[in-house]
Amino acid sequence: MTDTLTTWLEACRVEDAVENGGVCVKNGEEQIALFYFTRRNEWFATQNECPHKKQMALSRGMIGSATDEPKVACPFHKKTFSLLTGECLTGDECAIKTYPVKVENGLVYIGTSPNY
Amino acid sequence: MKQPKVIVIGNGMVGYKFCEKLRAKSQAFDILVFGEEPRRAYDRVHLSEYFSGKTAEDLSLSTETWYEEQNITLLLANPVINIDREIKVVYAADGMEYSYDVLVFATGSGAFVPSIPGIEKEGVFVYRTLEDLDLISSYAQKSATAAVIGGGLLGLEAAKALIDLGIENTSIVEFAPRLMPRQIDAAGSDMLQSKLTALGLQIHLNKNTSSIEGEGAIGALAFSDGTSLPVDMLVISAGIKPRDELAKACGIETGPRGGILVDQNMQTNDASVFAIGECALYDGMIYGLIAPGYEMAEVLASNLCAMSKTFTGFDMSTKLKLIGIDVASFGDNFISEPDCRTIIFENKHKGIYKRINISNDGQYLLGGVLIGDAADYNMLLQTANNKMVLSENPEELILGSRGEKDGAASGTGITALPDAALICSCEGISKGDICAAVADGSCENLDDIKKCTKAGTGCGGCVPMIKDLVTYTLKSQGKYVKNVICEHFNYSRQELFDLIHIHQLKSYDEVLDAFGKNDGCEVCKPLVSSLLASLWNEMILKKGNDVAQDSNDRFLANIQKGGSYSVVPRIPGGEITPDKLIVIGEVAKKYNLYTKITGGQRIDMFGAHLNDLPLIWEELIAAGFESGHAYGKGLRTVKSCVGSTWCRFGLHDSVSFAIRIEERYRGIRAPHKFKSAVSGCIRECAEAQSKDFGIIATEKGWNLYVCGNGGSKPQHALLFATDLDSKTCIRYIDRFLMFYIRTADPLTRTATWLNKMEGGIDYLRNVIINDSLGMAAQWEYEIENLISAYQCEWKEAVENPAIRKRFSHFVNAPEEKDPTIEFVEMRGQKKTADWTISNQV
Repeated sequence: MTDTLTTWLEACRVEDAVENGGVCVKNGEEQIALFYFTRRNEWFATQNECPHKKQMALSRGMIGSATDEPKVACPFHKKTFSLLTGECLTGDECAIKTYPVKVENGLVYIGTSPNY
Repeated sequence: MKQPKVIVIGNGMVGYKFCEKLRAKSQAFDILVFGEEPRRAYDRVHLSEYFSGKTAEDLSLSTETWYEEQNITLLLANPVINIDREIKVVYAADGMEYSYDVLVFATGSGAFVPSIPGIEKEGVFVYRTLEDLDLISSYAQKSATAAVIGGGLLGLEAAKALIDLGIENTSIVEFAPRLMPRQIDAAGSDMLQSKLTALGLQIHLNKNTSSIEGEGAIGALAFSDGTSLPVDMLVISAGIKPRDELAKACGIETGPRGGILVDQNMQTNDASVFAIGECALYDGMIYGLIAPGYEMAEVLASNLCAMSKTFTGFDMSTKLKLIGIDVASFGDNFISEPDCRTIIFENKHKGIYKRINISNDGQYLLGGVLIGDAADYNMLLQTANNKMVLSENPEELILGSRGEKDGAASGTGITALPDAALICSCEGISKGDICAAVADGSCENLDDIKKCTKAGTGCGGCVPMIKDLVTYTLKSQGKYVKNVICEHFNYSRQELFDLIHIHQLKSYDEVLDAFGKNDGCEVCKPLVSSLLASLWNEMILKKGNDVAQDSNDRFLANIQKGGSYSVVPRIPGGEITPDKLIVIGEVAKKYNLYTKITGGQRIDMFGAHLNDLPLIWEELIAAGFESGHAYGKGLRTVKSCVGSTWCRFGLHDSVSFAIRIEERYRGIRAPHKFKSAVSGCIRECAEAQSKDFGIIATEKGWNLYVCGNGGSKPQHALLFATDLDSKTCIRYIDRFLMFYIRTADPLTRTATWLNKMEGGIDYLRNVIINDSLGMAAQWEYEIENLISAYQCEWKEAVENPAIRKRFSHFVNAPEEKDPTIEFVEMRGQKKTADWTISNQV
């Protein structure tokens, strides 16, 4: 994906994000989970819907790591997904969508492709 | 590349299971299945449920698309007519010919119909297929009386079906002098018979039917003793007959009394032809149960995939419920004195009969029969199959231990099991498999075991046993076993509890920095949060601890299906004023919440949007409510009966005492939730004996019970101390709770905690009452601190802007609620829409 194809959605101010946790960002009809992994000084964004039972919940999940892989656990049934690749780390759920994140001037942006 | 072609004749339960197992092992076969019936394989074991409301589709073993998905060709209503083994071709009813490399007979069995004169008359049926059931069902509408020939397992099933069809006057006719002659002994049959008679069935034993009378249609049964029985219809269930005619016609060897002869690989006298299930005759025996049929399917599927496996007979022990009556037999059920010693328990009042046969030296359990109560079946079967050495009081196997120490024995069970004991029955993994995987160093915990043996990955029921086996094996190897929390903390819960206490840590991040590594996870975060709450009882959403809370604690409400939350205010002791009831009603109405009375004597409000939670609680708090902690691992409710204030039997004021207890321990976090109840007299209306601690009024004071549990594994609370005054009772509970909070494993209820405690209830009594550890004073001091630190979490949450800010769904549209939450109407209220994807079973 090149920068020209990416639309950057202004999600929130850095101080509105939850440290070491997630918030949910509205992008039209779409819901995106935005995670501020303060401990690793990293930002991640994924789809908010957990593919297991199709619940809009991942932004309310706990984040953490498995060896060094950052992950989020769905609050419903604790299915975990890699924040890097979106891959399901517990069982056979399909992978979740991930989005690029950038921070500029205290504002957090999520890269969404118009093709989505 | 050309794939080997497997043709399966028969689409019954075993034929279906064979396809499933073969496909699971390999894609390298073309599979073609012929079914005589027009339906996909269905569950014949539960055939009679067709009459109690199940549809043919409910009974079906597979979905409509399963065969297609598995790339299996299924030809229904197309029986095979002939076989030419020379050129390996089968000829089917559709006029086509199909070639095979491997031919599998899974033709099952038909009903055995004795040659009684008049058997061809109208109104005579067999009980075998769904078509038979349809015929029986329509004929039953014009019948007032019915009989079943055959008092065996299937005959009793058929009789139940007739009763379900509305024929109250149903008789069972049995040739032998008793019912179920193959499974149970005479005394057991007597007990069964009296129970069946009580249900309205008429039983005729020692009856040899000589002819079926009637003009065209059946009118009566005539017996060889000269008597007769008038009936409008008859169902024959006199046994089964293997369907071997096709095999016989093409020269496959069969037994003299029917059945296709197979060896231990399920192979017939033709190396390309196999037989499985009820059509197969192995070692002179037809196996008319489903489990051995499945085992044969497994053996054959394995052998075709070059995995060597053999069938060596099968345990014919059975347990079933016949018309609501437990019937079980296991092992050598008919052996009798002097070849063994029998122990018999008979309770005519309750209709229970139990018999066990033990070896003459008293060492081993050989077999037995259970009627009316088969709860002990699994344990007895394991004991017999594994040749476990019996205790000196083998009667305890069926009577239960009569000593005080119930519960304490469960810890010793696992070590006594032999290596062959099947632990995970879904995957067929034995104790030996699990211990070996640990002993060779490849596995050190449950996850390792799951990966390398697949044990525990099915229903999960064996998981606690696997954990214990891993610990036991590691210990026996001299390895120091530490129950560490997760990859981020190399400590047990108890160790971390002490470390946090000593170092006075107050937030998850402080604990992770001091004693953990990396970033934490969904296992250690809630665990540490729980420890912090148990130690300091500070508002759980402060100090960055909000993101370390479990799903429900994070928003001080239980997250429900669909993503809405529930609201449960505390109603101590279940006592509430009319005004407060009105407030709940008004709030529920205003925010469109579903309301329900809970089992813990309070009111649940469901379907609250995250955004509405602070608004709802603001109104509730203004009316004098506080958090009910229904979301937390802590005190839930203290249930009470109305006690001496109103009840004419009540000895003390149980409501006041319940309120006092509930207000004392509210908000205290523990390894798991805990519940209590207070009953005003021995009638026990508050069900205190099913609680983590329960109190029952006596003439002289209170009796205290501990470590009971409802839920999936009910356990009665044990009597802990008697005739206590209120102050002493509370002091014991203080110590009890602190001991539990201090020492229990994560997510362990008090019942399990006690079950694992060495020394059991006697030890617990010694610690709490006699202060054998010298901890009582400290615990009482600590719990006083927790109690005085209590504040309503919701009050703080709505008053603190930083915390309150988090109760909105969208960070970039704080006023908008989650638009994906959907409700549907049901009985005048709303309910959440179903999971949008189906549950996979």
